[in-house]
Amino acid sequence: MILSTLVFLPLLFAFIVLIWPNLKTVRHLALGLSIAEFIVSLGMLENFNPQSASLQFVEKFNWIERFGIQYFFGVDGISLWLVLLTTFLTPVIILASWSSISEKLKGFHICLFILQTAMLGTFLAMDAVFFYAFWELSLVPMYFMIGIWGGARRIYATVKFFIFTMAGSVLMLVAIVYMMYLTQEATGHMSASLLEFYKLKIPFVGGTFFSVQTLLFFAFALAFAIKVPAFPVHTWLPDAHVEAPTPGSVILAGVMLKMGTYGFMRWVIPLFPEASEYWAWLFMLIGTVGIIYGALVAMVQPDVKKLVAYSSVSHMGYILVGLFAFNAYGFSGGLFQMLSHGISTGALFILIGMIYERTHSREISKYGGLAGVLPIFTIFFFIITLSSIAVPMTNGFVGEFLILIGTFKAQPAFAYFAVSGVVLGAVYMLWMFKRVFFGAQGELVRDEKHPLKDLNAREIAVLVPMVAMVFIMGLAPNYFLNYSKASIDNLVNSKNGYSLTLTENAQSILDFVPGNAPSGASDGSANVSKITPEQGDN
Amino acid sequence: MNHSVLMALVVLSPFVGFLINGLRYKKHSGNVAGGIATLAIAISFVSSILLVIDLIGMPSETRRIAISFFEWIAVDKLRVNAGFVVDQISAIMILIITGVGTLIHIFSIGYMHHDKGVAKYFAYLNLFIFNMLLLVLGDSLLVMFVGWEGVGLCSYLLIGFWFTDSEKAAAGMKAFITNRVGDAAFLLGMFILFMSFGTLNFHELNALAPTVAEASWMGSVTLGTLMLFIGATGKSAQIPLYVWLPDAMAGPTPVSALIHAATMVTAGVYMIVRLNPLFLAAPNTLMVIAIIGAATAVLAATIGMTQWDIKKVLAYSTVSQLGYMFLACGVGAFGAAMFHLMTHAFFKALMFLGSGSVIHAMHEEQDIRKMGALRKFLPITHITFLLGWLAIIGIPPFAGFFSKDEILAYAFHSPLGSTWLWAAGALGATLTAFYMTRLMALTFWGKSRVPAKTHPHESPVSMTLPLIVLAVLSVIGGWIGIPHVIGEHLGDVPNIWEHWLHPLIREVPNMTHMDPSTEWALMGTSVGLASISAFIAYNFYVTSLDLPKKFAESIKPIYNVIYNKYFVDEAYFAGVINPLVNVSKNLWFYFDVNFIDKCTYVIADLIKGMGNLSRSLQTGNLQQYAMYIGIGIVVVLSFVITR
Amino acid sequence: MNISIITDITLAHYLILAAVLFVIGMAGVLLRRNVIVLLMSIELMLNSVNLTFIAFSKYLGLLDGHIMVFFVMTIAAAEAAVGLALAVSIFKRFKEVNIRFFEHLKG
Repeated sequence: MILSTLVFLPLLFAFIVLIWPNLKTVRHLALGLSIAEFIVSLGMLENFNPQSASLQFVEKFNWIERFGIQYFFGVDGISLWLVLLTTFLTPVIILASWSSISEKLKGFHICLFILQTAMLGTFLAMDAVFFYAFWELSLVPMYFMIGIWGGARRIYATVKFFIFTMAGSVLMLVAIVYMMYLTQEATGHMSASLLEFYKLKIPFVGGTFFSVQTLLFFAFALAFAIKVPAFPVHTWLPDAHVEAPTPGSVILAGVMLKMGTYGFMRWVIPLFPEASEYWAWLFMLIGTVGIIYGALVAMVQPDVKKLVAYSSVSHMGYILVGLFAFNAYGFSGGLFQMLSHGISTGALFILIGMIYERTHSREISKYGGLAGVLPIFTIFFFIITLSSIAVPMTNGFVGEFLILIGTFKAQPAFAYFAVSGVVLGAVYMLWMFKRVFFGAQGELVRDEKHPLKDLNAREIAVLVPMVAMVFIMGLAPNYFLNYSKASIDNLVNSKNGYSLTLTENAQSILDFVPGNAPSGASDGSANVSKITPEQGDN
Repeated sequence: MNHSVLMALVVLSPFVGFLINGLRYKKHSGNVAGGIATLAIAISFVSSILLVIDLIGMPSETRRIAISFFEWIAVDKLRVNAGFVVDQISAIMILIITGVGTLIHIFSIGYMHHDKGVAKYFAYLNLFIFNMLLLVLGDSLLVMFVGWEGVGLCSYLLIGFWFTDSEKAAAGMKAFITNRVGDAAFLLGMFILFMSFGTLNFHELNALAPTVAEASWMGSVTLGTLMLFIGATGKSAQIPLYVWLPDAMAGPTPVSALIHAATMVTAGVYMIVRLNPLFLAAPNTLMVIAIIGAATAVLAATIGMTQWDIKKVLAYSTVSQLGYMFLACGVGAFGAAMFHLMTHAFFKALMFLGSGSVIHAMHEEQDIRKMGALRKFLPITHITFLLGWLAIIGIPPFAGFFSKDEILAYAFHSPLGSTWLWAAGALGATLTAFYMTRLMALTFWGKSRVPAKTHPHESPVSMTLPLIVLAVLSVIGGWIGIPHVIGEHLGDVPNIWEHWLHPLIREVPNMTHMDPSTEWALMGTSVGLASISAFIAYNFYVTSLDLPKKFAESIKPIYNVIYNKYFVDEAYFAGVINPLVNVSKNLWFYFDVNFIDKCTYVIADLIKGMGNLSRSLQTGNLQQYAMYIGIGIVVVLSFVITR
Repeated sequence: MNISIITDITLAHYLILAAVLFVIGMAGVLLRRNVIVLLMSIELMLNSVNLTFIAFSKYLGLLDGHIMVFFVMTIAAAEAAVGLALAVSIFKRFKEVNIRFFEHLKG
């Protein structure tokens, strides 16, 4: 029950917010509820068995029996940290939006909670249709979040965001339906379960675009690539980020982009192993170009937020390259980079939001000399900048290093180009940092009538967990990597016969209170039901 | 005491100092902040000494203290521990870093006394020492890289310490980004080595290093070491990435002494020495290193002859001296490289601190044209600077003589060296003697050109004390590596240095013993050249001051090119940076905004057009709709009937 | 001429008449502008359909057609009531019964 609780608790929270009578305490309420959600997710972490590559805490019921669609939740090492990232960021976001969101408070927090449900569902659903439902659901609250609380061109941005992502996911829907049909061909009964999909042997012909597996591969890959966003389809992101309110940007960069890369890891690569391998060069190329292109374009942005948005394109390019290296370094690095990008870019957007609240401008040229006026803000911004340019001992380095080493192992040529991102990343971030924080005081900083105030206690409270995560992940990456190790090894080692076993740690909800874990929680082997006994016999 | 406790003390006490000073960054009291910081480094220094004493007590075959604190990254075959090693090489480094570091901290207390951000300054300084220790103590390339990047970061922070000056902030950024170019290559080097050896651990890499030299340019050892060397050119300011170091003089002078002379910039040399078996297996790489080193030594020295800023002269001198160290590595004289690294740390730190003392006395004036005859006002600074000068131009028995001589000897007769490399080295030494004498003459000797309103004064004890200590070291520092030819005449003085490093330095293949007479001749030549050059410079800048001007006039075009530093910065701007920015702007404007987005607009317009087309059917006229229904029925019916 | 009208008039006659009536009604709906006339034309069309039903019912000897006709008549009555009410209120509001005036649903 833990996963259902985890996914649908925010929906309940949204309802509580809706009927909450006192408008003044909505923020406190939402903060408390989101922290409760985080604690529940910590409970899941505590009971998670890191040694096992199987799906854990599985919940599986028939939903639409005729089409074999199931209510199917499960978590493994790939989705575990993304779930934690989502639940970790939500309270931070609520606290960060304390003063920036003042209109339609209830609506905002309802959107946020529904979004949380959708994102968690996307990471945890193991049935194609079920997954697709959450995937699409996540668009709606985001659409409103940008469209209602956004900036001047919010409608343009939100429609662009919606249509871009929708265009991709429609293809994915077609592919899902076709794959359900394939399961019927293969087994006699229709199924949308991911596990059934894994068992399919989809015919693949190299050298042509029009083979079944290739087409399905691209249908899925396009949907995810748009979400990532990979290089040529990235243009919705800068607009969406610039217009989105701070919390919207944080969620977008922090979690929603990871839905795309997660999709590659969970769906595209294991489902279409031959096509993935055949077309890997294309995606590595896209990723590499994205790294360089995103960095170059970020360099010349006049708007801080747009700069960070393009830096996301660059960072997500790394992840794409890493995933398509198909080795343990690339996958671990990609997964780690997803987390660290969520933390560092999320924190960057929060910081930009804080300064925007004070000056109502994000124009780099209007700043300058901020370091002398807002020292605490500068320290925080600098630490996050370091994380973003992947200085060792911060979280950014581990992911980038692993990805690059994985890329080098798979395709050295791409690594030679991708490594230039290390330089360019420093260029755009430090150049921006210099123009905003150093030098003579700019017109916004100088303003005598409205002297800028340094961060208050609430803002520091927002940033401290983020900065703490930057260093914890940088200094003890093994703690995080160990949890996904088994799953990633499984992904690497069973390229053409990927399968997932199920572990049904059926437990009462009380066991998930942290510290209350039963000792036998991790001996999942007792009740493993092997779904896919035969594999790799072709 | 337990080794791991000692090791933790060495590494962590500067970090604790950083935290303390960093958290009280708003405090303005220099003495307290400086006291805390100095204490932190002193603890580290004492612990280092204790460690090294233990190390000396060990038998030379197993002389190694390795401590691993925790597993940092473990993925697949990549297993990197937060492990630290004290052996013969890193022992020297930690003593230099913490020892010279302590002196420079003490100097800083006096120098930065009036600065408002003094607590911040000491915090950065401590953080730097912490990272530098990580760099030298790390037991694998990756841990070294952590420190490698970390020192770059601290260098960035300290160069841009007075960040309100946009130029200084830009200098910091330039340093970081130039270093990053090197770091990217360093990463690639690590990847190449990891792929071929399956480890990043120094000990294992050196053990696995092939004993047969690799002839191909594209072999993994050659390529890997070449990439690491490019990384080193960034950190150690060699051609083509040396451009950041002169600009880095924007930082406070003690910073220049600590980071940009004594410690950080030598990291590249240290790295090569650490991996010397690997580099020896790649003679092509060594050739590149030797050529780059020699070229840098000469090029930087020529620029140094024309500069007017006291710190810039010293900066180019540092670049040039680092070139020597690389030349030494390139010809296989790894021990000599380390030796020169140490002596250079002493005399260059001394000279930088001396220049700091001068600048302090001159109220932030750095132009040597406005100095002269300062020996009257700054006696201690003058004497100590004088000793540093003697050391750097290589007059026996000062420290620089021994180390420089050994490098030149190797360049001459090592199988990896050549007469040309020796000639370049000797030319560099001659030029060094010239510009250093010029600096001495213009600053301390001759007639005073000090503006009337400035009243130079000798610095406080906290500043002169480190000068004196370093001066003593600059004199005696070379005596632990006295070459055999001299040693045997002095009653069998042993070459302690060589003995100490011997277990970790792989011998250059086919190395023959040098004829004592050749060695004497080489020594005589270099000392003679240096003396003549120094004498000429003295004549130029003390006796007949108008001569240099006339000389510069007579070779004006060449002089201008050199004075403008060969226009390298300008070339980088015109050739790399500006095109990159322009391309990026165009990419953004033409590709992102005007191509990708336009494409999506076209698709949207297409759909919109289709909508418009069908929209015209919906007229709002009820009767027309009825008509459509009627027509529809007729069509359907006729279809059904005729079928 | 002892021709029985009942027997001589065949199903075809009824159907033709119904078709003619339907077309007249349809022409009215399509061409006339007055809302009232439109409603009347619709009645005409409905009644032509009724006629068809009755004719078939008689011809086949089944009662279904009759039942259907009752339904249609009820619906027609209801429709006329609503339609006229609408027409009246529209007229009151706009002083206009020309159907071409009401094209606010234009796309």
